[in-house]
Amino acid sequence: MNEQYTTAAPLLQINDLCKRYPNMGNYMSVFHMNLTIPRGRIIGLLGPNGCGKTTLIKMINGLLAPTSGAVYINGLFPGAESKRVISYLPERTYLENGMKVRQMIDYFADFYEDFSKEKAYSMLESLGISPEARLKTLSKGTKEKVQLILVMSRNAELYILDEPIAGVDPAARDYILRTIITNYNPNSTIILSTHLISDIESVLDDVIFMKNGSLMLYTSVDAIRSQQNKSVDAYFREVYAC
Amino acid sequence: MAWELNSDRPIYAQILEKLQVRIVCGVYPPGGWLPSVRELAAEASVNPNTMQRAFSELERSGLVITQRNMGRVVTQDTQMIEAVKRQMAVTQTKSFFANMRQLGFSDSEIISLVNSYTSDTKHASYAVVSNEE
Repeated sequence: MNEQYTTAAPLLQINDLCKRYPNMGNYMSVFHMNLTIPRGRIIGLLGPNGCGKTTLIKMINGLLAPTSGAVYINGLFPGAESKRVISYLPERTYLENGMKVRQMIDYFADFYEDFSKEKAYSMLESLGISPEARLKTLSKGTKEKVQLILVMSRNAELYILDEPIAGVDPAARDYILRTIITNYNPNSTIILSTHLISDIESVLDDVIFMKNGSLMLYTSVDAIRSQQNKSVDAYFREVYAC
Repeated sequence: MAWELNSDRPIYAQILEKLQVRIVCGVYPPGGWLPSVRELAAEASVNPNTMQRAFSELERSGLVITQRNMGRVVTQDTQMIEAVKRQMAVTQTKSFFANMRQLGFSDSEIISLVNSYTSDTKHASYAVVSNEE
């Protein structure tokens, strides 16, 4: 189905990307980023608050226009084709409060041809969420779980998860991380931004450190551990010490 | 449950050691099949690529053999397994002595402590059970 896109072009390429918001003077939220992301990786996008993670993610998803530079997904600009291959979890929920979970699943299945209802229902069951519940009756954390289930039930090439585990309890966090591991396939990549580094560290292949809108470091977790003799979490605390 | 991993060393190296322990103590017997990378990655809560890397190291050392398209088996070479076991015992002994010397014990004091510890039957049985660090 996607053969035409799986050419030599990398899954995600970012060339000299900059973003300056209006009314922010000369401040660049993303400053000359260059990045090439291959398939088959699980990557943590890390950095302190306000370092440009979400701005970067929004530009990859075509929700913000770059000030300069470009984003390519499978060699193409963000657009309808890239939305077909990217499954995106935004940092805030956009689900319709009056709808039932079951209706949301139908909605997603209508919208995305790669959506697996089967996967969605099995995850709902594991997390003990009723498909008949209306979203407005669910707690904040449960809503986040539903949204993550919807995003992970797609069979996408690139998953971009903006703060996927921040609001959920530790047991559900473990389940979600296990879901990410068991759904792993060598043809797709997961990028997730988070502050809960120690929770996800063992699940990651690589980490991207951002600082003031720039790429600071893009390396593997085990490279940090063997070179610094400390965890990514400890290294982060050192690099970004206030 | 996720495997207990230290934060200061590469994850693949720690996984490699845990798999070696399982082979040495017969959880995965000589000639027996190993679970798939994916299965073990889920069990350990680690990235499948990391588990794959640990498996590759095991293959390179000869402890594990890949059967094309079928999976992986533990070597039937029990001498090799025994050698790995010896090697691990040496490592453990070294670190035990290093820790005890740090506490200020001389080697002869350490040995007498070990002897009195193992002669106490209650502790001796405990020592056998808890061979995990």
